Amino acid sequence: MRPGRGRCPRETERVRKAAVIAPKTGEQAGVAALSVEKLSHDFGKRRALDEVSITIQPGDFTVLLGQNGAGKTTFFSLVTRLYNNRSGSIRVFGEELRERPSWALARIGVVFQQRTLDLDLTVTQNLHYHAALHGMARRVASERIEQELARLELSERAEEKVRQLSGGQLRRVEIARALLHKPRLLLLDEPTVGLDIGSRQGILDHMRRLVAEQQLGLLWATHLIDEVVPGNRVIVLHEGRVLASGGVDEVVSQAGATDIRDAFNKLTGGKGPAGAKSP
Amino acid sequence: MTPIQYLRCLRGVVGREALRFLHQRERFIAALVRPLVWLFIFAAGFRSVLGVSIIPPYETYVLYEVYITPGLVGMIQLFNGMQSSLSMVYDREMGNMRTLMVSPMPRWYLLTCKLLAGVSVSILQVYVFLIIAWFWEVEPPPIGYLTVLPALILSGLMLGALGLLLSSFIKQLENFAGVMNFVIFPMFFASSALYPLWRIKESNLLLYQICAANPFTHAVELIRFAIHGQVNLEALLVVVACTLVFMGLAIYGYDPARGLIARRGGPAG
Repeated sequence: MRPGRGRCPRETERVRKAAVIAPKTGEQAGVAALSVEKLSHDFGKRRALDEVSITIQPGDFTVLLGQNGAGKTTFFSLVTRLYNNRSGSIRVFGEELRERPSWALARIGVVFQQRTLDLDLTVTQNLHYHAALHGMARRVASERIEQELARLELSERAEEKVRQLSGGQLRRVEIARALLHKPRLLLLDEPTVGLDIGSRQGILDHMRRLVAEQQLGLLWATHLIDEVVPGNRVIVLHEGRVLASGGVDEVVSQAGATDIRDAFNKLTGGKGPAGAKSP
Repeated sequence: MTPIQYLRCLRGVVGREALRFLHQRERFIAALVRPLVWLFIFAAGFRSVLGVSIIPPYETYVLYEVYITPGLVGMIQLFNGMQSSLSMVYDREMGNMRTLMVSPMPRWYLLTCKLLAGVSVSILQVYVFLIIAWFWEVEPPPIGYLTVLPALILSGLMLGALGLLLSSFIKQLENFAGVMNFVIFPMFFASSALYPLWRIKESNLLLYQICAANPFTHAVELIRFAIHGQVNLEALLVVVACTLVFMGLAIYGYDPARGLIARRGGPAG
């Protein structure tokens, strides 16, 4: 819903503010969680993204599959407005990111490839910091922190310094943090890099459950092909261009391949990502 | 966003900086040791060499320790401003900065919060330094401890904004060593922190003009007058103007549309 249509200005402002505090209420039914059209970006003479178009619907678990250097992180930087797009369009629940950055960012939860927690602070202190950056009241934040940590089985670690956590636990804290302000679109950039198989699987299962239960739109960037399962949507990004997108079966058939590994190898000229070598 | 949400954000950023500071006791001690070494050793050695005539705001001859105290207060704030700049570069390299940047708050406001957080920490350090200096015969009028506060906020803002500006231009942490050599030391030594400008004028006119144009000189003079309950209007105007210019440029540097981050090299992945 575009807040305030047909309302008096004061009422419009009140509803707009309420929408920022409670992001769930600000979305039109049937509108894509993320809609990117013809997005390009250059670093000097190097083209990092070339007319990328992507759509993610609420309830979609979409895997952005690409090798290191494919442009995944640049894509994330643009969608999270680390810097503005100079061409193309990025819409979050129908609203142009450049025009309404606050509105859009209030609805996005992000887990970056780099670790972004403060190692010298406790888990709770890190999460409270994030809550404050979203303007959340301390009491509300405390309740949400408790809920998210319980859901991610981290309650016992709440008062420990982040430095003392394992890689898998760190990632789960970052996921808890990304969920704290109840976003409707989740963006995860290589969230399982460096984790053991058990931790990876645990995080993947949790995210799939979350998408199914809460109808979140989710974009999962990875170079690990075994993280794609039937039922996911897949976008193959290579050298800044989208080579294929759709359901797993669609991408396999578009490439004329036997399975998703084979499809990726064929599409990218045989240079498969980790775990993608044909048996 | 409502005003209360803006305040919560500010509280969160200042709170984080305070927690980080408390957790890094060595940083606190280092920040104090530096000016104290200057006060206890340098000033003691030079008090007989460098005579300070009666110049405003002093109404009588003062000990050299008294003269350089405002300069050392400025030094604390200068190092602190650069320390915030270092932490911004570090945060950006380590990824912590992204947490800040994906906040729905406007970017200029987030940078201002970061700046205010750094200034709060520097003021805490300054007061601890002034208390120790009091036992070393640096005894400004009691009201001076209060009147210096607005000057400390302003000078802290100016030097912090300069740090922010530098951090938007520095691509990598390693380049920060250059900041020490090309910013901190020239700013400190080419100022009125250690010797009055009239003395510099006597020896070298060009150097005097450089010192007179140095914003740090004005920050020091603002503090020097304020700690004696007076206002140096010229210094006040220069410090305010420099703060606005540095902050404006820093916001430009971090602006997602026009800033430098988007142009100077991409991330991997």
